Amino acid sequence: MNFFSKLYYRFRKMWKAIRLYLIIAGPGIVVMVADNDAGGITTYAATGAKYGYSLIWFLLILIPVAYYVQEMTVRLGAVTKRGHAEAIFDGFGAFWGWFSLIDLMIVDWLTLVTEFIGMTSALAIFGVPPWLTVLGVCALLAVIVLNGRYWTWEKIALLFCALNLIYIPGAFMVHPSVSDIFREGFVPNFPGGMNGELFFFLMANIGTTIAPWMLFFQQSAVVDKGMLEKDIPWGKFDTLLGSALTILVAVFIVIVTGTVLKGVDIDSASQAAELLMKSNHWVGTFMAIGLFDAGLLGAICISLASSWAFGEIFGWAHSLNQKIKEARWFYASYFFTLITAGLVVLIPGAPLILITLFVQVIAVTLLPAALVFLILLLNDRRTMGEYCNKPWQNWVGGFIVLSIVVLSSLYGISVMFPSLFQS
Amino acid sequence: MSNSLMRLVRKIGEINHRYRTPRIAMSSGVKISLMALRFYLLFLVSVMVYKFVLLLK
Repeated sequence: MNFFSKLYYRFRKMWKAIRLYLIIAGPGIVVMVADNDAGGITTYAATGAKYGYSLIWFLLILIPVAYYVQEMTVRLGAVTKRGHAEAIFDGFGAFWGWFSLIDLMIVDWLTLVTEFIGMTSALAIFGVPPWLTVLGVCALLAVIVLNGRYWTWEKIALLFCALNLIYIPGAFMVHPSVSDIFREGFVPNFPGGMNGELFFFLMANIGTTIAPWMLFFQQSAVVDKGMLEKDIPWGKFDTLLGSALTILVAVFIVIVTGTVLKGVDIDSASQAAELLMKSNHWVGTFMAIGLFDAGLLGAICISLASSWAFGEIFGWAHSLNQKIKEARWFYASYFFTLITAGLVVLIPGAPLILITLFVQVIAVTLLPAALVFLILLLNDRRTMGEYCNKPWQNWVGGFIVLSIVVLSSLYGISVMFPSLFQS
Repeated sequence: MSNSLMRLVRKIGEINHRYRTPRIAMSSGVKISLMALRFYLLFLVSVMVYKFVLLLK
């Protein structure tokens, strides 16, 4: 009897913890899964097609990297109740504030264009014309954000996050060799030796895992959700789960293309989907649906990151909990960013490839600055109190930030001067 | 239109005034980090300008 009562007590305790987590869950998972945006899916698909399973170990390393960077935004948001843009203005003055805000606006808008490129190319596979995709996406996002509640928006976003898992059944359907995956993928190795091309792929994978908008988005989402200091442990867990989930999806994409398309040069995820369709119709279809979902999730989050940041600085009402009448400028900037980015894709002959490359270069100017500000703000004991970075967190965070800065800079330079990294 | 522009300029002025003084304590570590960031961004901008000039040529 005693055994059963203990078991029941433990079950109740665990169930209570799960229910509490489900209330707190959201920002970490949404930001991390949205990080697997259209550009990310292309990078992972190309990595698998080029190197098979050989770089899975490298993707796994990115779990703690993504976690350590993003968990800092949880602490900063929960303690200061300010978004990242406002924290930079307040902490470092107007010069660095404007630099970050304007850079964020440019990077977000360009990234949003790439999300629309991904979504239109994904649905084009099913015969949907680009104008209809752009119109449908804008209408869908309007319905999602205009319901006037952060909670509803977040739960819908989580639903799209779940759809991102579509790559997992896709990977099982191509019947990969599990022993090959473990043998080739889980032992650190550099296929073909360290050369310029491999280095480019490694940098691209890092670049797609940590993007500047993620820092701004998660901190603002933590604030809009109303998370408090006592919620930080759950916020951290949410971020860890999100980091693991995003890399899990990336690994399964690599498994799909590494099994079916090994040795094929992939330029875009939609090209991968079309090639996959030739060998297995459903796997190709899953890839296309996943690409659309990735672009949609990216679009949901990225346009919000900019609007939140502008709202914080200009003093506009900037919460998803407010109706359109109460936060006119917030929603106006949201839809302006969204619609203009969508329209660019519809312009005949628009330099879309140039825009895609330009995103990576501009992002490099914002990411190091945002990361350095993040570390410095987390060391401000006056504001952060007991949530201030511990020395070991500074060492880990500092090492990660330095590595990201060096590698993402080299990536940006390699995009501008491709011949520099050719072996 | 000009009214909206004036309002925007006034608002930017207000924001600049509000955030005139950085609130974070300017320890030597912070100063060095911000200086390094300035040099880094200058370097990046120079690389971009160089690329732009190459493209024009």
